[in-house]
Amino acid sequence: MLRTFKKGGIHPEENKLTAGKKIRVLPVPEMVHLPVIQHLGMPARPLVKKGDKVKTGQLIAEADGFVSANVHSPVSGTVSKVDLMMDAGGYRKMTISIQTEGDEWMEEIDRTPQHKPDINLQPEEILKKIAAAGIVGMGGATFPTHVKLTIPRGRKAESVIINGVECEPFLTSDHALMLEKGPEIFTGIKILMKVLGVNQAFVGIEANKPDAIKLFRDLAMRHIGISVVPLRVKYPQGGEKQLIKAVTGREVPSGKLPIDVGTVVVNVGTTYAIYEAVQKNKPLIERVVTVTGKQLPNAGNFLVRIGTPIEKLIEAAGGLPQNTGKVLYGGPMMGKALPSTDIPAGKGCSGILVMPLEESRRREMKVCIRCAKCVQACPMGLEPYLLMAMSERRYFDRMENERVMDCIECGSCSYICPSDRPLLDYIRLGKSEVNKIIRSRK
Amino acid sequence: MGSIILYTVLSLSALAAISAVVLHFVAQKFRVYEDPRIDEVEHTLPGANCGGCGFAGCRNFAEALVKAETLDGLNCPVGGESVMKEVARILGKEAGAQVPMVAVVRCNGTPEYRPRTNVYDGVKSCAVAHLLYTGEGGCPTGCLGYGDCVDVCQFDAIHMDPETGLPVVTDDKCTACGACVKACPRNIIELRKKNKKDRKIYIACVNQEKGAICIKNCKVSCIACGKCVKVCPFDAITMENNLAYIDAEKCRLCRKCAPECPTHAILEINFPPPKAAETTEAKEQSA
Repeated sequence: MLRTFKKGGIHPEENKLTAGKKIRVLPVPEMVHLPVIQHLGMPARPLVKKGDKVKTGQLIAEADGFVSANVHSPVSGTVSKVDLMMDAGGYRKMTISIQTEGDEWMEEIDRTPQHKPDINLQPEEILKKIAAAGIVGMGGATFPTHVKLTIPRGRKAESVIINGVECEPFLTSDHALMLEKGPEIFTGIKILMKVLGVNQAFVGIEANKPDAIKLFRDLAMRHIGISVVPLRVKYPQGGEKQLIKAVTGREVPSGKLPIDVGTVVVNVGTTYAIYEAVQKNKPLIERVVTVTGKQLPNAGNFLVRIGTPIEKLIEAAGGLPQNTGKVLYGGPMMGKALPSTDIPAGKGCSGILVMPLEESRRREMKVCIRCAKCVQACPMGLEPYLLMAMSERRYFDRMENERVMDCIECGSCSYICPSDRPLLDYIRLGKSEVNKIIRSRK
Repeated sequence: MGSIILYTVLSLSALAAISAVVLHFVAQKFRVYEDPRIDEVEHTLPGANCGGCGFAGCRNFAEALVKAETLDGLNCPVGGESVMKEVARILGKEAGAQVPMVAVVRCNGTPEYRPRTNVYDGVKSCAVAHLLYTGEGGCPTGCLGYGDCVDVCQFDAIHMDPETGLPVVTDDKCTACGACVKACPRNIIELRKKNKKDRKIYIACVNQEKGAICIKNCKVSCIACGKCVKVCPFDAITMENNLAYIDAEKCRLCRKCAPECPTHAILEINFPPPKAAETTEAKEQSA
């Protein structure tokens, strides 16, 4: 019996169309757009202005404060614009646009493909390097990694959990990375263990990736303290709290962080980026993106320079089909429908999903039949039907007592609802209003 | 048999008598004095509990009115002057001056001026859509058109125009309670001074982006060119954060600004058509 988390969860159709496909390198685009905020926290401060020449890997925007992340140029060329530009939400954010000229890298970046397994640096130096490389959580939440790895005083990490779950349907970018960069990821895990001062690491992988589990098990034989934990397929197992429960059996209490139960969770993509930053001096300028969709002729996993317009990604996967209804930034469960394809792929872009019109339409909302399927499906033990009713009636103060802030926005409730009620949309509204109430109290 | 009924009646009567005596003394001891005028004032108020006065409801407002030294600044926007005069009569105080206000929708982004670039099929609520993205047009501050303002209006004073997709305020019904102002997630609706014959002149745009950007999304947006500021003889127009604003207090409705606006972002409502000689356009046409 494989391990999994207990509360709630659903099993959407997997649709991993691009599973097992090799990572293809997307040609360097002519133009990249880099929003100065691709992470949670304060926006970075731009260091370049229009007309400046930049090299690949050069720092172009500096972290502003501790909870912020550096942004590096993913191409070499000339800065054509530092101005407001549409982001995935359609709102305009400060963005640095760079016109590509050649591909000249910074000298200190080691571009050789050899694996460098020896870690010579001290934990503090490693942490500095991770912060300098602008690494953020690449599973989608984009929380700055150096903040996560800085353990607050009085707490102690006991283990690090590597998130190779990839529970979102359609997405296979982490899977592809695990298959191709196994040894490098293990070095990344070693680095993480050194930074956190722990001697135990778990790699959580869902059972629908048997090839990755086998490869990682073979690799784990050669590393002390790293064990692979195969998990039963269940959404949202990639959620931090769900993964901790599944792997260690510990439950993170409401309003607490994983470190409160002695764990730190890091995504495999982030682990690989950490390896590259520490061992190869390479900042976060590339990532693997799954470009998929049932009608895309050439769907696959692409190694993409960050800031590449999504249009280019779709072109590489065979172009936008005629009857496209929605283009999602992310997976089908948590992804966001894009208002335009000119938007660049950011650090947290794990996939682009092109959906045909007939599948992307929302069904009409019906009345709640009190079946409690949403209560059953909620992995955080909330009552989505109740939260939605409160949000509709604007009882935001009561929503706080109903632990609305615990919601991880996984969308299981909206998925399972037989009446097609937009539960998550209303809960999200409640969350934003409750957040305002909490902030006004301070 | 008969004795059972007798005892029951007797014991219950005794209990009732004792309770009556106890309750009588308790009621006297714990009596809370409430000004009878509060009830009277509350009955005078419209009873909509809309919160337009700034209090939780009409009862709350009535309490505040009775307690207050003067009635300055305490106004029932729904009842208007007549209700406040009646309240003042009951309380023997002077009613404060009340400026009649009306809600104004500061967006003119009809599909004609602001082309729809995508289709939204999510929850038909502005608050939800606002959290997700900019809306069906490209303007990040424009009206979303799902009618949160219509839902909250208790006076049937605001409606969606199906053709333009924008809310329209019926001036006669609007009581300026401010419910729609609070409901709009984009702060488009503003309460402005009511003028004679419901005449209004205001800038129908709240976009603070640079002119070059916002004109791409909406042809009638304020591009902050500053022409209206220059032409205004009463210094009623100010320019802040790439957006012009007409101060209703200072504005004398001279209408000099409207023809100057290159994007027609300034709306004139309920005015007679301009005389041919007044506008430069008309001059050119006649020439």
